[in-house]
Amino acid sequence: MKRKEFIKKAALSSFAVLLGTDIVFGSKILKGYTPIALQGPDDPFTLFKKDKGMVVLNDKPWNIEAQAHLLNDDITPNASMFIRNNGLVPEGIDANTWTLTIDGESAAIQKTYTLAELKSKFKHYTYQLAIECGGNGRNEFDPPAKGNQWTVGAVHCASWTGVRLKDILEDVGIKSNAVYIGFHGVDKHLSRDPKKEPISRGCPMAKAMQDETLLAFKMNGKDIPLVHGFPLRLVAGGWPASVSGKWVNRISVRNKVHDGTKMEGAYKVPCNPVAPGEKVKEEDMCIIESMPVKSLITSPKTGAIISGKSLKIRGHAWAGELEVAKMEYSIDFGSTWTSCPIGKPANRLAWQHFSATVQFPKSGYYEIWARATDSRGLAQPMLLPGWNPKGYLNNACHRIAIKVK
Amino acid sequence: MESNFPTSLRIVIIRAMLKLAGLLLLILIAGGVYLIRDIHLKNAAYEASIAKTVVEDTFNEEEWDKIENGIHVRTGLIDAEGLMTVVSNCTSCHSAKLITQNRMSAERWNETIKWMQKTQGLWELGGNQEIIVNYLVTNYPSKKKGRRMILENIEWYELEN
Repeated sequence: MKRKEFIKKAALSSFAVLLGTDIVFGSKILKGYTPIALQGPDDPFTLFKKDKGMVVLNDKPWNIEAQAHLLNDDITPNASMFIRNNGLVPEGIDANTWTLTIDGESAAIQKTYTLAELKSKFKHYTYQLAIECGGNGRNEFDPPAKGNQWTVGAVHCASWTGVRLKDILEDVGIKSNAVYIGFHGVDKHLSRDPKKEPISRGCPMAKAMQDETLLAFKMNGKDIPLVHGFPLRLVAGGWPASVSGKWVNRISVRNKVHDGTKMEGAYKVPCNPVAPGEKVKEEDMCIIESMPVKSLITSPKTGAIISGKSLKIRGHAWAGELEVAKMEYSIDFGSTWTSCPIGKPANRLAWQHFSATVQFPKSGYYEIWARATDSRGLAQPMLLPGWNPKGYLNNACHRIAIKVK
Repeated sequence: MESNFPTSLRIVIIRAMLKLAGLLLLILIAGGVYLIRDIHLKNAAYEASIAKTVVEDTFNEEEWDKIENGIHVRTGLIDAEGLMTVVSNCTSCHSAKLITQNRMSAERWNETIKWMQKTQGLWELGGNQEIIVNYLVTNYPSKKKGRRMILENIEWYELEN
């Protein structure tokens, strides 16, 4: 869709919210009016400082993904970072009055810190963390899964600075029966019902206590952009991005698996494999933890027509909690694979970079397929991995199309 | 019975009465709409208090539901039987993009509607449900993707290397 049309559409669909559902009634009142916030330069690209090549999947709430070639940087800049929202981006945030409360059945006490206290009391750490939406690649599942139809671009690896969640939890005191942490943020439910949380997920204590699990206040060296969680975001690299809660003001230490919004009915896959399209009961679904091994060719952009017989490619690979041990590519649909060097991660849970010079035997149409293998020996499948009702964890090989003249 | 009023005056009175009746009817309809939409309007008032500043723009009545090349411009939905039922019941809460990017069978759309009613505050659709689902499966039929799709819509470009 053209951007101009898009802006108009976004503005008008918001009006429909303003006026309830009666379009005829609504059109009479709204004729000629649009909220100032949705006009002119305030399109999502300007609003969130995103590259014009980003693809808007949804405007209510905002869900925007990158394309592979926009993710070529080693550290993803804000301009190329996907946006995934479950609710409405909060308004009127004041970092000066921001607090974080630790509570829950398994917290020794309930304790509240101001943001300034968090920054001054605890040591700061910076990590590059690969964070991928659990539904990245959903568009390929057949039968299709409902929800935002992410293709390949719901992943990023930015540099996050903050304090370790474990340092805070240890300062508060954790009871021995602690099982899980759950985050709470200030984003609003789409219905604007203040009693409903759009999302409140979390992770087991073991993940919460990892060195790299941060309560971050900086992204790529600057204040976190509003849409990515300003002023405080939980970041848990290698796990579905929904664990990395935005606009966090409360962490509950639970004596059971957290039961917040989207812990049930979402971010789960069948505990045992199922046939495509099979119905699966909620009790037979298991919570996604580490994301699977995956890679992206980020240069060149797909569709290149080249005149020589060789081409430099580069990209990134990541493996959830693990490291990528091997990187390969194929130009003959998997008949042969060629290994290429894969760099060490900047730190645990950062994505790793690869590059290669691909040789083509003759003119024609090619696809370059990339395949990463993790430290356990599990490789990306060329076909779609196991079908699941919600369309998560598609780590099938990425490929780009090339024509050699 | 012969009237005491001259014909022209009688017409004026009848017209006035008709207008009054019309106005009453409108008030009744509006009242009914208000009652039905009460919850939504409360929400609307809340939202409106946030988005206080409104300014003139170029949208006019013609553009509101304009169809261009078979597409409902405001939502991007295909103009076909059931369009406005879909527009008024679905796109007031979520983007039409969520409809057009999802291609499901009637059974799965019905399940999705049930889910939206259970968890997202969607109202009972009554007879409109069939109209909506028919519109969706007719205009956005599910595509067979198999285990891997062919790469499509490639934008070819010359690369110097």
